[in-house]
Amino acid sequence: MTYAAPDAPPAASVKPPVIADNPVAGLSRLFGRVVTLCWVELRKIRHDRSELYTRAIQPALWLLIYGEVFTKLHAIHLPQGITYLAYLSPGIMAQSALFIAIFYGIQIIWERDAGVLTKLMVTPTPRSALITGKAFACGVRSLIQGVVVVILAAILGVRFTGNPLNFLGAAIILVLGAAFFACLSMSIAGVVVARDRLMGIGQAITMPLFFSSSALYPTSVMPGWLQVISRFNPLSYEIEALRGLLIGWPTTLWLDSVVMVGATIASITCASLLLPRLANR
Amino acid sequence: MTASAAELTPQETVTDAVQCVDLTYSFGTHTAVDHVNLSIAPGEMFGLLGPNGAGKTTTIRMLTTLIKPAEGTVAVFGIDAAAHPMRVRRVIGYVPQLLSADANLTGIENVELFARLFDVPRKERKERVADALEAMGLTEAGDRLAGTYSGGMIRRLELAQSLISAPRLLVLDEPTVGLDPIARGNVWEYIKRLRAEFSMTVLMTTHYMDEADQYCDRVSLMHRGKIRVTGEPAELRAGLGDGTTLDDVFRHYTGDTLDDAPEEGGIRDVRRARRTARRLG
Repeated sequence: MTYAAPDAPPAASVKPPVIADNPVAGLSRLFGRVVTLCWVELRKIRHDRSELYTRAIQPALWLLIYGEVFTKLHAIHLPQGITYLAYLSPGIMAQSALFIAIFYGIQIIWERDAGVLTKLMVTPTPRSALITGKAFACGVRSLIQGVVVVILAAILGVRFTGNPLNFLGAAIILVLGAAFFACLSMSIAGVVVARDRLMGIGQAITMPLFFSSSALYPTSVMPGWLQVISRFNPLSYEIEALRGLLIGWPTTLWLDSVVMVGATIASITCASLLLPRLANR
Repeated sequence: MTASAAELTPQETVTDAVQCVDLTYSFGTHTAVDHVNLSIAPGEMFGLLGPNGAGKTTTIRMLTTLIKPAEGTVAVFGIDAAAHPMRVRRVIGYVPQLLSADANLTGIENVELFARLFDVPRKERKERVADALEAMGLTEAGDRLAGTYSGGMIRRLELAQSLISAPRLLVLDEPTVGLDPIARGNVWEYIKRLRAEFSMTVLMTTHYMDEADQYCDRVSLMHRGKIRVTGEPAELRAGLGDGTTLDDVFRHYTGDTLDDAPEEGGIRDVRRARRTARRLG
């Protein structure tokens, strides 16, 4: 069917961007998308810092009250030279990242309800890049949280390793952990679809994840059945890696890292596959 | 003409901006879009009209690559939406029905986000973001959080977002729904100006017949998933004699009034059908 519009408009005055089409360009675009979504997260934090402060309260309580009390109780036997507070700090760091990440799916459901997600999905951004971007944006938030915990713990007298490379490694592990749990949350969002249901599930799984990890006590003091669960809990690996890097705790770092990278890739894949299900409701 | 032939020789033939061939989609047993055939010429301002639940939004969702057609094809400038979603997304700008700008970002940041997502080179980004905001009369409000904008301003911000990639086809889903009459007229003026300035094809859905009459070159009346009639608004009205409105035209072709139609084709019906579909998996 041919039809000429009555008043044919003039030639385009703005050119669309030139897009290279090869694997290298594709990969750099993917990386660019992740950077973009992290940038958005940073801008939002900049506009509203209140969340940073309120989120600092819980780790502060854990360190100040729980940490101090348990240090006095001497209930947990640690190797020479490691205080309970030093042992606890990486656990609290991972915990506060977990608390941010596990409710990340709510944000994506909210974005779906508001039409933001639809609009993002109509841009030339692969689903996996969208999820990876969101996951690492959550990592950015967690990183800030991690810095808060390090500062608090240092004020309370915890001596961290002085090696900047170890801090860099810990930052990477923390981001991976946040990305994993954010994708877990977004996957659940893709399954349950409704915000309040996700809220309930998030609350139901956070504490079991926390208590079955080595955040508060070594796995060796756990009952046998819990030790088994702990072995399947990525949070344990995250915490062990953070301890190894930050306070020189003996751990098999390569195993922790492999588990974290593997878990993150698996959860990104899972959340990406479930994203269309969420978007099309 | 098949889609693949069109991709090989996009310049040689005058390709329709949008071409739907037997486009069909169902939610469970409810056929939301039923063998729709539609051709939109480049440069046209085209209106897809009908009551809520007529299948307009579902048609748009197939066109914007959000869902894949159950049957038939939809091509944008000769590119098949189901086969090459990424390429289709490069040529369309999409403004969804809901006001979907991110309230926690400023106007500038909202537009910059889309500049990044459409791979606008870093060097050009700032200038193009400023240009897009200026085109929509938002230069002064650019530094404010979008959360402080009025409904009409958010719509214009969304138009600025969709402009940034210099799309060849602008898809507007109910662009003026929920706006007060003054904001509505204002948004329409901007859409008209955009189209003239950037040589864009515009496809919009609306259930405001008077607006379609005033601003569209051609319209299709859609009812219960089917297109009942297509033509220039004046032509359609003239066919029924003097003093008729598009509402009368609609009634004539569907044997239904707009007010009655939602009873059966309404959003509640679609929701119900979706729930059924969900239950049935």
